[in-house]
Amino acid sequence: MSLDLGLPALERAAPRLMRAEPLLTMRDISKSFGNVRALRQVDATVYPGEVMGIVGESGSGKSTLLRMMNLEDTPDGGDYTLRLPGRENENLFDLARYERRMLCARHIGIVYQNPHLGLLMRHSSSGNVAERLLIAGERSFDVLRDKAREALDASEFPLDRMDARPIELSGGMQQRVQLAKAIALEPALLLLDEPTTGLDVSVQALVLDTLKRLQRDRQITMVLVSHDLGVIRTMADRVMVMRHGEVVEQGLADQVFQDPQHPYTQQLVHAKL
Amino acid sequence: MTTTPLLRVQGLTKTFRMYHLDSMLHAFEGVSFDLHEGEFLLLRGHNGAGKSTLLRTIWRSYLPVGGHVFYRSNHGEIDLANAADVDIALLRREEIGFVTQFLNARPRVAAQDIVSEPLRLAGVPQAEALDQARHWLDQFGVRPELWRAYPSTFSGGEQQKVNLARALIQPQKLLLLDEPTASLDAGARAALLRRLAELKAHGVAIIGVFHHPGDVAQLIDREIDLSTRVVADETGEEEHVAL
Ligand SMILES: Nc1ncnc2c1ncn2[C@@H]1O[C@H](COP(=O)(O)OP(=O)(O)OP(=O)(O)O)[C@@H](O)[C@H]1O
Ligand SMILES: Nc1ncnc2c1ncn2[C@@H]1O[C@H](COP(=O)(O)OP(=O)(O)OP(=O)(O)O)[C@@H](O)[C@H]1O
Ligand SMILES: [Mg+2]
Ligand SMILES: [Mg+2]
Repeated sequence: MSLDLGLPALERAAPRLMRAEPLLTMRDISKSFGNVRALRQVDATVYPGEVMGIVGESGSGKSTLLRMMNLEDTPDGGDYTLRLPGRENENLFDLARYERRMLCARHIGIVYQNPHLGLLMRHSSSGNVAERLLIAGERSFDVLRDKAREALDASEFPLDRMDARPIELSGGMQQRVQLAKAIALEPALLLLDEPTTGLDVSVQALVLDTLKRLQRDRQITMVLVSHDLGVIRTMADRVMVMRHGEVVEQGLADQVFQDPQHPYTQQLVHAKL
Repeated sequence: MTTTPLLRVQGLTKTFRMYHLDSMLHAFEGVSFDLHEGEFLLLRGHNGAGKSTLLRTIWRSYLPVGGHVFYRSNHGEIDLANAADVDIALLRREEIGFVTQFLNARPRVAAQDIVSEPLRLAGVPQAEALDQARHWLDQFGVRPELWRAYPSTFSGGEQQKVNLARALIQPQKLLLLDEPTASLDAGARAALLRRLAELKAHGVAIIGVFHHPGDVAQLIDREIDLSTRVVADETGEEEHVAL
């Protein structure tokens, strides 16, 4: 039997067994900055409880996509839905600015690589977490303090430092404060943009460990961007590979790493082995 | 057998495209076989014959380029060769197990928690799940002092025992085994054998690669030799696989 040398892997079918609906659905997202096409017709689907990893070279559009998911920015075109009660079929990009902010504060948490983006560096750590609760309408001082403490504790932040300002803390601690702020309201979706990049390897391992724990105990749906394949490999269930604003490949994490289909992914994986 | 097979593999083909070498590598072509509940299929073949690749293609950490793997799941029949990734993830959680030589040790998770996790996910109460986990750790010869320790520092053999205890604690419908005995001592090998016999009697279908097939001789119903592509059934009758 002669085999067509160009034979690609079989096209995958639509889900048939999985009965849960996706939590996050993005369709046909495009975004240009001047003549830079940061995102080109990107589709993304994330199911409840999954960790979706996004890898790709610098400038491939990962952070831009995450900012769209966090409703910080709107695309030139495309739809975004989250299966939140009462909002199932709404294109979130159509919401008014204020509504977007409220929805984001209540249902989406984000951790940035740069803690200055996520934290008020001169407020106390517990204050940073409480601020998130205030936005959502919590007013009782005792409840604010208890909930902030609980979130910091779940993020494995040392509670004897909760009155310290982030500016006085190490990078790993700052990331834990961001994480506590992100999970304080038990978000449906947790977005992580290079959460451990720039940390010492040992600190990085501890922060990842905390994330794994949270994922295991609370089944939080996560989208994790990292250019570190090791991070993605230990965390993600599925992976999207981005290049030049496009998704060139996606699949189960072990498949993408062990049997990459796209020439770019093969290069990426082999470079790290 | 007259029942519908659990697994119908038809014309399964795996080729690797290696862009950096500008070449193709044909691992296997047109592999076909049926597997019923409670059947044990042994894969044979020389190094590089494609045994591990066949298991991984069914497990879908490798993507096939042709053929079908019809699988009768609890949720309905599905072709694993082209099923959606989330469907594969679901089947891996609920119905299909894969044991390799390597433990995926996770930081700061105790051996007994790694082993009991599949039961807890299936809704078994914590205390009972832990009891069973300790039972299987004991069966495979992991010393009680280690049950609450983190396996990342265990010896290779100890890690493999944890791996097996976790993979075999709960009967799945289909079990894929890639040289599971590689780093085991005699006691653990015997325990593995007993457990596999029990699972098989329970209706679990098993496809395995064994460095010493003699270990599992009593369990084998059928063999496929990937070097020669010959299928032999338990009566010793051979049938050449159509290529
Ligand atoms: N606000 C902006 N104004 C202008 N150009 C932008 C803006 N945001 C992103 N870009 C451009 O869009 C492209 C994608 O950027 P993005 O930050 O999404 O990349 P990335 O994949 O996150 O890269 P990295 O791994 O370096 O973080 C880049 O070329 C970037 O310069
Ligand atoms: N991810 C991969 N990318 C490219 N080639 C691969 C990959 N995995 C396996 N191969 C190739 O496929 C062929 C079959 O390998 P496989 O590991 O399945 O053999 P095996 O029968 O399990 O051998 P062994 O007895 O040595 O374990 C080999 O030539 C191998 O190099
Ligand atoms: Mg970025
Ligand atoms: Mg092998």
